[in-house]
Amino acid sequence: MTGSASIERRLTVLLAGVAALLSILSWGMVTGLARQAAERTQDNVLAASATAIAETLRSEQGEVRLELPYSAFSMLGAISEDRVFYRVATGEALLTGYADLPVPAISPPAQGRVVFDTGDYRGAQVRMASVMRQVLAGGAPVSVTVTVAQTRNGIRAIAGELSQLAAMLSVAFFVVAVTLSAVAARTSLRPLNEIAQAVSRRGPNDLRPLRRAAPAELAPLMTALNRLMERLGQSLRRSEDFIVEAAHRVRTPLATVRAQAEIALRSVEDETEKQRLRRMIRAVDESSRSAGQLLDHATVAYRAEDLARDLIDLADLAAQTADALAPTAAMKDIEIRLETVPATVRGDAVLLENALRNVLDNAIKYSAEDTTVTLRVRRPTDTEARIEVIDQGPGLGTGPVEQLTERFRRGQNTQGIVGSGLGLTIAEDVIRAHGGRLELGQGPDGRGACVTLVFLLA
Amino acid sequence: MRYLLVEDNAELAEAILNRLALDGHAVDHAASLAAAEDCLAAASYDLILLDVMLPDGDGRDFLARSRAHLETPVIVLTARARISDRVGALDQGADDYITKPFDFSELEARCRAVLRRRGGSARNEITLGAATFDPMAGTLSHGKTTVELRNREIRLLEVFARHPGQILSKSQLMERLFSYDAEVTENAIEVYVGRLRRRIDGMGLRIETVRGLGYRMES
Repeated sequence: MTGSASIERRLTVLLAGVAALLSILSWGMVTGLARQAAERTQDNVLAASATAIAETLRSEQGEVRLELPYSAFSMLGAISEDRVFYRVATGEALLTGYADLPVPAISPPAQGRVVFDTGDYRGAQVRMASVMRQVLAGGAPVSVTVTVAQTRNGIRAIAGELSQLAAMLSVAFFVVAVTLSAVAARTSLRPLNEIAQAVSRRGPNDLRPLRRAAPAELAPLMTALNRLMERLGQSLRRSEDFIVEAAHRVRTPLATVRAQAEIALRSVEDETEKQRLRRMIRAVDESSRSAGQLLDHATVAYRAEDLARDLIDLADLAAQTADALAPTAAMKDIEIRLETVPATVRGDAVLLENALRNVLDNAIKYSAEDTTVTLRVRRPTDTEARIEVIDQGPGLGTGPVEQLTERFRRGQNTQGIVGSGLGLTIAEDVIRAHGGRLELGQGPDGRGACVTLVFLLA
Repeated sequence: MRYLLVEDNAELAEAILNRLALDGHAVDHAASLAAAEDCLAAASYDLILLDVMLPDGDGRDFLARSRAHLETPVIVLTARARISDRVGALDQGADDYITKPFDFSELEARCRAVLRRRGGSARNEITLGAATFDPMAGTLSHGKTTVELRNREIRLLEVFARHPGQILSKSQLMERLFSYDAEVTENAIEVYVGRLRRRIDGMGLRIETVRGLGYRMES
């Protein structure tokens, strides 16, 4: 589930982006708030300090007097190590403090209220709080302005520390959020992966509808998938029906041609003519046999995907198949000898009958007149059952034996015998679908062929 | 033996009729299921050869329908090559099936096998002088001795029995004994005739060689 367009990755990136944005925003907010809080604290302390000094103003013999309370400065020292400046003046006349400290213009209506200002003093930014008070001196009110100032470095440092802490928290939040998004993306996509696996595990002909619980969001996909499979199944069935119908339409006239040719064969005297008719009949047989086995092959492939699991006694199977092919064998005075022991396997009766019939039919076809084909069912071990088909024919030749089960491959000594080369392929497909194997070899006394269907017993 | 052939393809039917008549069987031909019903109502048959696709219906449905009251063995002739179609025919009560196009020798062999399985019938026995020949069971009896004949010997004896006193050429015999594609020479006929001679020894039957023409059996 990787790749540039992966939903999982896109979802993770999107969620991580949102987390990053939130982290930066929260960091910014915390930083701003910390600074504001620090500044407000400074302002409050500056105001308190200025007010405390202003409280000590009094008139003594017509002169304005004041005390600088220690607490007014100690409270400033409590919040930071910043330098403190002050100035007390009446109009332009300095009473005490730093004469050059800038003074905010305070108009009389602002009496009793603290006014704040920010300015530069002695190379540093300072925050100033001023308060004006009127003192009666010599019968006339005198306006006295008290200004307390403090540099802001310490405050800034505190705000910076808070901001750093906030940044660390934001990064931690971001990391956790990204991890959680990845997990969330994977978890929410799991049903999709499960459906994909369920579909890809299926064989090419398994078109049953998907039946599994899926989240509501995936329901339309499941429905669409099931509809598609249904349509595919229908069109497969239609094409199978079409093939069957086509085979039927071709075979009926072929049957007529063959029958008429056989009759002609009886009435014709000339050997060359007879030879021609024989070739004609052979061609008809060849084509109808190929068509039949191609259909069988398709059927085997189709059924093998969804194998029936009936209990089958191989001895019964052998007896039935021998019975079905007895007339064919009788035409050549071939005896089918049965040597069986009971051996029960699980499998598809129709397919196994077809496989064994193909093998036995081969054996009869390649056997000489007046010989014996042995059909033997054995259980050499507890885990294995074997059906052996042994003939006294020419054997499987000198070519590579494995190649004989390839599609359309015929042995090297099949001249003059009608065949499509699919018989052993079909048999092998069937036995493989049953978890067994097909073995090709020589007959027990080195003569003839022995084809074995090996079943593994559970 | 009396056969009923239900087949709508006229040329194929004609060819099958021809061939079965050669074997000495009486064959009625019905080209539709309706005609087949008429034939079955009018006569009794030893064997029915039934096509699957007929103009007025499916032969297999007919089979399933009439199986309850029809005891005659049935061989289905089908051009449907699908495994399930073939198995289906047997399930619906057919005794055997043969896929079109088929070999006459195979049809004959399958008819024989079905009839034998169904117990044959006594009226098919052929009297050859003092001996009795049952081609269905493949036995030849004379007094208390009964010999069992093999398939080719049965067919060879059947041909001789149906043409008593006639000279049969080697090629005539070959056509009846061997499938068209068997790579046999006329020597093979000599081998089988020799074998049959040994089997019928002491049964009051004799197969004469007519030099240059063929063989003749006399009782």
